[in-house]
Amino acid sequence: MSNETLLSVKNLEVTFNTPKGDVHAVRGVSFNLGRERLGIVGESGSGKSQTGRAILGLTAANGKITADQMTFHDVDLANLTPKQWRKVRGARISMIMQDPKYSLNPVMTIGDQIIEAYREHHKVNAKEARHRAIDMLDAVKIRDPERVFNSYPHEVSGGMGQRVMIAMMLIPDPELIIADEPTSALDVTVQLQVMAILDDLVRDRGMALIFISHDLQLVSSFCDRVLVMYQGHVVEEIKASALHEAKHPYTKGLLNCLPKMDGDHSDLPILEREASWAEG
Amino acid sequence: MIEINKLNAWFDDNHVLKDVDIKVPKNGSFGLVGESGSGKSTVLRTITGLVDDWEGEILVNNKELGPTRDKTFYRLVQMVFQDPFGSLHPRHTIDRILTEPVNIHGLGNSDARVVQALEQVGLDNSFRFRYPHQLSGGQRQRVAIARALILEPKILLLDEPTSALDVSIQAEVLNLLSRFRRELGLTYIMVSHDLAVVAHMCDDIAIMNHGRIVERATASQLADGRLEHPYSQQLYKAAGGYDRAVVDSFVDWD
Repeated sequence: MSNETLLSVKNLEVTFNTPKGDVHAVRGVSFNLGRERLGIVGESGSGKSQTGRAILGLTAANGKITADQMTFHDVDLANLTPKQWRKVRGARISMIMQDPKYSLNPVMTIGDQIIEAYREHHKVNAKEARHRAIDMLDAVKIRDPERVFNSYPHEVSGGMGQRVMIAMMLIPDPELIIADEPTSALDVTVQLQVMAILDDLVRDRGMALIFISHDLQLVSSFCDRVLVMYQGHVVEEIKASALHEAKHPYTKGLLNCLPKMDGDHSDLPILEREASWAEG
Repeated sequence: MIEINKLNAWFDDNHVLKDVDIKVPKNGSFGLVGESGSGKSTVLRTITGLVDDWEGEILVNNKELGPTRDKTFYRLVQMVFQDPFGSLHPRHTIDRILTEPVNIHGLGNSDARVVQALEQVGLDNSFRFRYPHQLSGGQRQRVAIARALILEPKILLLDEPTSALDVSIQAEVLNLLSRFRRELGLTYIMVSHDLAVVAHMCDDIAIMNHGRIVERATASQLADGRLEHPYSQQLYKAAGGYDRAVVDSFVDWD
């Protein structure tokens, strides 16, 4: 892994204007990302997904993003026009969402959707695009790519659907993938198989990956570095391999409250939250 | 307390449960683990009367169940569902949600029962006249547990009671359930896809795949990973986090 910085975020803030007043979802998040795998972990409402969405300019219309710096190479992501965004989104940075059931178009065949994603960014003829799409389905280890190519999303399983999503997001060859809970809707073994596919592709193509998840252990076994978020703040940054040396009480609390397979039936430690954690 | 012999069930032409045998002693806790489609939830749904097409023998308290369930059955057996967002009526207040079973069973004294049930699950009285959408996921699941407990059942059927919750909230709900088993002498059958949750909560565990129990284990066997069947071993390894080499060893069980 080189140390070249792909993405640099400084003091990112996301605020939503709601009828009940402003909701401060992300509060001063800063990080640099090279060609590596960064995990962002937190519980519901910690701002992990909103951090990912802000990088791709996908914050909902009532949200306001401010940042001292948010650059991808030399592109200033904070001030792009919709037209400029189209050259970045999908082509250079793309996102894999949680549930393939909701992120695939239900009335379009899988093949057509992958071709659409590819031709949006590459000028090739239909035959070449089809060829590419089938190769890509093969790359995500779909055993019968021709059949899946002609299927509709409801005709494939959840694990298969998520492989299709990965195929679609990787086919334009982006440099950075943001995966937001990409495997949370899947069974454990399928989850790991899908992660292995993502792992191989990201490694082979030298992509950077931001992996957003609620599962601290899973993320740390997969990523190089982990940011732990709590109420919009990054409370701790740790090397994934040094997770057991975590210092922040929130990170430790999250690890401790997991049930373990040690045959011990006594009560689980409860995470006691302290107000000071939310002050950053 | 519960004994199930040679339970088979069908959804149309799909044979979804195949010769399932389960025995749970009084105050015991039995765990069913498996992946989607393994039939683990169907076992609970069959016991509670939500599956029509089944054969076999289900004994609750030494009494064999017929094709339908009566009120006395539901006084004895209550179920808690996975999704606290889907299992509470969105336009009923918590008070109404908890009062309804009391009235159906004609227990009377509903006011005091509701107050007590909320207190048992650690919710103060301010929650009583709120609607489910005003509660967090963990609070809703507490309400769902309170609704089951308000009839003072002896058996709880728990269908993935914490899989929609954050881990810190999961710990609180699991502790609550453990406490009730201790203090109220309840008997549990718990379904989960999470091996660690079941290992923590249950004494005896059965691993299901495609409608069949492929292996049985005690909590201590599971703790040591002493599992025979290759499918259970695969599940056990998968629970250990991401490891590229382990993934390569996986076999499809479709």
